[in-house]
Amino acid sequence: MTMTTWQAVATIAVVALGTMLTRFLPFLVFPESKRPPRVVEYLGSVLPYAMTGLLVVYSLKDVSLTSGSHGIPEAIAMLAIVLLHWWKRSMLLSIAGGTVLYMVLVQVVFV
Amino acid sequence: MRLRAFRAAFPLTAPIAAGFLFLGCSYGLLMHAKGFAFWYPVGMAFFIFAGSMEFVTVNLLLSAFNPVAAFLLALMVNARHLFYGLSMLGKLRNMGWKKPYLIFAMCDETFAINSGTRIPDDVDRGWFMLFVSMLNRWYWIAGTALGWLVGGLLPFSTRGIEFVLTALFLVIFLDQWMGTASGRAHVSGVIGVGATAACLALFGSSDFMIPSMALMLAVFLLLRRHLDETPSAPGGAGDDRGTTTAADAASDRAAADHGRMESDHAEVDHVESNHKAAVPRRDDERTAA
Repeated sequence: MTMTTWQAVATIAVVALGTMLTRFLPFLVFPESKRPPRVVEYLGSVLPYAMTGLLVVYSLKDVSLTSGSHGIPEAIAMLAIVLLHWWKRSMLLSIAGGTVLYMVLVQVVFV
Repeated sequence: MRLRAFRAAFPLTAPIAAGFLFLGCSYGLLMHAKGFAFWYPVGMAFFIFAGSMEFVTVNLLLSAFNPVAAFLLALMVNARHLFYGLSMLGKLRNMGWKKPYLIFAMCDETFAINSGTRIPDDVDRGWFMLFVSMLNRWYWIAGTALGWLVGGLLPFSTRGIEFVLTALFLVIFLDQWMGTASGRAHVSGVIGVGATAACLALFGSSDFMIPSMALMLAVFLLLRRHLDETPSAPGGAGDDRGTTTAADAASDRAAADHGRMESDHAEVDHVESNHKAAVPRRDDERTAA
């Protein structure tokens, strides 16, 4: 860790604050039951899908395609997750299966 | 009263217990593997209580100190909570001292149960929702603590465990994708991946999140004419929207979203809650949780 303990505490505090703001804000902005503007409702209906997509890419941001194992273990594990999820539709099985496969790949195959 | 509410709430949280213990364990394990002390994951589980954001925070803690970026990232990653809140405005009215806690602890899974479940008439709604929130929160905290503690005792290498984050997001993405027939949902998902990947390639791995969000927002506003399925007349059902909801309410989450939002607006007038739109959504959301 490059941060000092207090920097880490401050980081955790602002993340908690930001998270709480997203949870409390609607109740502060609409204390009674004002209907939110239409554009907000529209964004609320499309953003959840896009945000998950963003998180997938975000979690892969440090994978290098030009060096190391060229992102091959990641690609194999993700493909396995897609197939597993398509086949069984079990959230836990897909997550556990993909993660274990990835760990085996980086520890045994692509060393 | 409390016992009855607990008995109604507990069985509904059982699947979440399994999921949270596993994911919490992975998170605790990851924090242990990255060299963090015990209080880090447990403190983050306690104070942040937003699974994906806690995973993201692991990376933040390993990068250079930048509280402004961390704050903005928390706002963006958790932006979906804004829409949970909008949906729960009616349900959380008159909850008194329980209300702040119910809002504080409203993660995806808790929201799914509290917004979607038909609570029996003889069960106190406030206590029911409070127990759901508390149980889910403590499953997560317990899983996190357990993962960190057990992590040190494992006889094998945990190298690669961080991939559980990618796996989690990918599976939620797939679940959203397969759970709906709505073309709009698929287009939204593709925009999310495309905009972010483009910005990652363009701006590099340390500065791409804000441009990604901005690009995404711009694209959504540009395409609003094609993607917006909300009815233009307030309270009226749009034609395409109405048919999707009727045909495939259980699997089309986007349509269910609208249904729920509308049911809550209706609730404001009628006080009596409308569960028709929300009930099929619950199982869908819970498996996704």
